[in-house]
Amino acid sequence: MGSRSTPRFRFTSRERPGTSERPRARNDQLLTVGMFIIPGAIIYTLFLIIPIIQAAYYSLFDWNGLGPVSDFFALGNYQRAIEHSVFQSSVVNSLIITSLSLLIQLPLAMTLALMVGRKLPGRSIFRSIFFMPYVFSEIITAIIWTFVYNPGGGLLNTVLGTLIPGYVPQGWLANRDIALVAVFFVITWKYFGLHMILYMAGLQSINTEIEEAARIDGASELQVIRYMTLPLLAPTIRLTIYLSVLGSLNQFVLIWILTSGGPANATQVMATYMYRFGIKSFNLGFGSAVAVLIFVISLIFSVGYQRAVMRRDYAGTV
Amino acid sequence: MSASMTKPFNRRMPPLRFVIARAGQYLVLIALALIILGPIVTAVLGGLKTTGELYSEPFGLPAIPRWENYTGIIASDTFWRQLGNSLIIVFGTVTLTVSSSALLAFVFSRLVFRGRELIFNFFTLGLLFPVTIAFLPVFIQVRQFSLIDSYFGVILPLVAFGIPGSTLILRGFFRAIPSELEDAAYIDGCGTLGFFWYVLLPLARPALGAIVVLQTIVSWNEYFLPLLVLTDDSKWPLTLGIMQFQGQFGTDWGRVMAFVSLLIVPAVLFYIVTQRYIVTGLTGGELKG
Repeated sequence: MGSRSTPRFRFTSRERPGTSERPRARNDQLLTVGMFIIPGAIIYTLFLIIPIIQAAYYSLFDWNGLGPVSDFFALGNYQRAIEHSVFQSSVVNSLIITSLSLLIQLPLAMTLALMVGRKLPGRSIFRSIFFMPYVFSEIITAIIWTFVYNPGGGLLNTVLGTLIPGYVPQGWLANRDIALVAVFFVITWKYFGLHMILYMAGLQSINTEIEEAARIDGASELQVIRYMTLPLLAPTIRLTIYLSVLGSLNQFVLIWILTSGGPANATQVMATYMYRFGIKSFNLGFGSAVAVLIFVISLIFSVGYQRAVMRRDYAGTV
Repeated sequence: MSASMTKPFNRRMPPLRFVIARAGQYLVLIALALIILGPIVTAVLGGLKTTGELYSEPFGLPAIPRWENYTGIIASDTFWRQLGNSLIIVFGTVTLTVSSSALLAFVFSRLVFRGRELIFNFFTLGLLFPVTIAFLPVFIQVRQFSLIDSYFGVILPLVAFGIPGSTLILRGFFRAIPSELEDAAYIDGCGTLGFFWYVLLPLARPALGAIVVLQTIVSWNEYFLPLLVLTDDSKWPLTLGIMQFQGQFGTDWGRVMAFVSLLIVPAVLFYIVTQRYIVTGLTGGELKG
């Protein structure tokens, strides 16, 4: 490596006679690589990579974000977070949201993708409706659902009051026992369409003749789905599990606007905890430590999952 | 009906089990569609109602439409200024993300050089850090660059966090373009730059469209980054504006819903027009799996 500190092209036309038809100007290309990478690299490094590294550095200090960064605190911030019962329950809540997403949101998306299927009349209308909330901002979504869950005359209470005689209006987001589920429902409302779209795309790439052959051999529709369709969709399923876990661990804006982590921390997740105890209470050193903890959890999951599960999907592509 | 008439008719009819299954399918789909649309329709109709009407008759049309809910917002300079601010942030973010990612994707898909995969992996690292989580470290950096109260303090981080995903998607599309075209372009005397500009970019238009649309959605919807970076409220985008408005008129749901509708109706129209690109971007290229 030492003698090749400047990047060089691996195959020049002279080394590889097979590629010599391409009359490329090699020195030009080296320049092109540099010129093309630099604009993106500068912005990406300055505003993504360096901030993340800095977060790891600041997390070692007791720093309010205004004065000098001087009170070295070693791993004190990490210890404080890990020992804080609210942080512990926020990790649990994040894991609950993740599990609910995997157990409810993904199967729901899959069921709908199979139902809307490849040939149901009106499929594009249903697809458009189910996917629509994906484009709304979290802010708009949260405001609308604040009204839906309104304890007085909110939409949900009005609808349930009409359907169920003797119904007592609920404060959906004010009740410790149901607030997290109510929040999860909004997350599902907004995001299940994304997974449905991914499944539909996967379904379209499946060769229908294989399933047809199974049907002719006498397989029932459920058997076809269980033994043919789902295994063929496995790469898409693995991808959606990955996106769903990372998305759930990183839930923030919706929950913060809906409940700010309340009532009594019942909907506190890792990111809302970071905002509440890091930024709002002017403790950027501590907030950085929490941010690093969230990154590390995401990173461990991501690397482990890709190693264990997704490697074969990319085997041919890289 | 006589037997001779029902028989041929029956043969073309699907079996009863199939009809029931189909009806069940539609029932479930329609029920779910109502759950999705209910809150949206309520919000849009609610913009014309009083809070009392919204509570008692969420789905009905108002007896007297309260247009003043809307005119109150549209008549204010604040709304239009915030719309302008949102558009500045969207335009800056989209232009810079698309141009820098297209250049990167080209290098990582069509040029061969030492360390290419390593550098590419460096750029995909960012996928693990969504801006919704990383805004605290980003805010500290923006402050160090004295970009507080500058649009660039919002735009540049959004670009940085948009680059990994956009580059990944574009690279997938660029790679799918057959190398015969590249050879033909070189034989016709095109250089690397010429091939990129005259052949690759025009062919990858659907993918570029997808990136434009996805980045528009992300930057239009961003809330916490501008909240931290823009302390001067004359620079606030609409996401901050609506939260401020809700803070002021929180109990007057009619007015709040009018503001929500002013944002949601264009969003739905934008969605209908660009849906094809969104789906291409999310399911095509590398993500196909």
